[in-house]
Amino acid sequence: MGLNVSNLTIARGGIKVLEGLNLSLEAGQALVLRGPNGVGKTTLLRTIAGLQPPIEGTIKADPETMVYAGHADGLKPTLTVEENLTFWASVFATSDIDAAIDAFHLDALRTRPAGALSAGQKRRLGLARLLVTGRPIWILDEPTVSLDVDAVRMFADTVRHHLGQGGSALIATHIDLGLPDAGILDVGPYRARAMNPDDFDEAFL
Amino acid sequence: MIALLTRDLKLAMRAGGGFGLGLAFFLIVVTLVPFGVGPQSDLLSKIAPGILWLGALLACLLSLDRVFALDWEDGSLDLLATSPLPMEGIVTIKALAHWLTTGLPLVLAAPLFGLLLSLPTPGYAPLVLSLLLGTPALSVIGTFGAALTVGLKRGGLLLSLLVLPLYVPTLIFGAEMARRGVEGLDTTTPLLMLAGITCGTIALLPFASAAVLKVNLR
Repeated sequence: MGLNVSNLTIARGGIKVLEGLNLSLEAGQALVLRGPNGVGKTTLLRTIAGLQPPIEGTIKADPETMVYAGHADGLKPTLTVEENLTFWASVFATSDIDAAIDAFHLDALRTRPAGALSAGQKRRLGLARLLVTGRPIWILDEPTVSLDVDAVRMFADTVRHHLGQGGSALIATHIDLGLPDAGILDVGPYRARAMNPDDFDEAFL
Repeated sequence: MIALLTRDLKLAMRAGGGFGLGLAFFLIVVTLVPFGVGPQSDLLSKIAPGILWLGALLACLLSLDRVFALDWEDGSLDLLATSPLPMEGIVTIKALAHWLTTGLPLVLAAPLFGLLLSLPTPGYAPLVLSLLLGTPALSVIGTFGAALTVGLKRGGLLLSLLVLPLYVPTLIFGAEMARRGVEGLDTTTPLLMLAGITCGTIALLPFASAAVLKVNLR
């Protein structure tokens, strides 16, 4: 049920960003990705989530075990908090949204349209979606953006609880989540070398 | 799948969802044409089938860029692509939702709009039948166009240019069936052609739409 990535090379917009990257994630583990802006963390996570194919290398994981949460929360502004979560629950063929509502303290906002939420509340709702999917491997891209200190703690508690239940998480973030046994992977050293085409024409191929 | 369909229908019905946009556009076209061509009811009844088909087609086109654009902007499309739903299923549901919110209301309103254009009595049944058979093809082809242009800002122009040529066969046979109905001729041939086009697009295009959507999400 783990995730195993070996010798991965990925590209964004036709330009290689990371190459020769290896990582593995077992049940109960969390791995935090670090690296400067633009190094390719988002591209890496999108590749692992299956949204784009890698240039080289293999990703060994069952796509049915992963859930991806990107920069956008995928919320519909005219649907209420409850309707948004119920929709994702039925897409992932689960039904329990109460645990997710409780974990991110959304109970008071249940009937509020998502469009009327603040940025932090929207993000909490977006993260609550992870819980309703019931999938073990969380692929998270900057999950704490626009969260306040309390909400970050709420999120860290949720991740810890998820790991305790045998789940795992791959998180790209710049802040310290306070997950004591999370591995840290700096993707900086895997930055792809600039391409030096041998001749002029090759640059256009 | 059902959840996606009910969500899309719910979104269309709520504020800013765009339900009724096509219908309102259709109504505007149909009410303005008599002002444009003058009050000769014999001329109107001659051009009525063509005008009604053109109006329906343009009304359909109007709402196409919303099919994927909204889900793309708020990130839902990425999340749906990584969900257990197959991409082919997603695009089929999207096309179905588009037809239910745009095509079906046009079909139901067509007899009323036929009245405004003094459509002769024998023309009503063939007109409604031709729209009922033809508009699903418009939605499915349009969904393919929307999938092709999904990542583009203001992709509406490109979308229209791509989709309009693909609409031509549906328009020809649909309008032909409605015209023959008005003149009391046999409508079997255009009916079969129209039904064939619709069945063919429904069978094949979802796979193409799913493939281009996957490429566009990279």
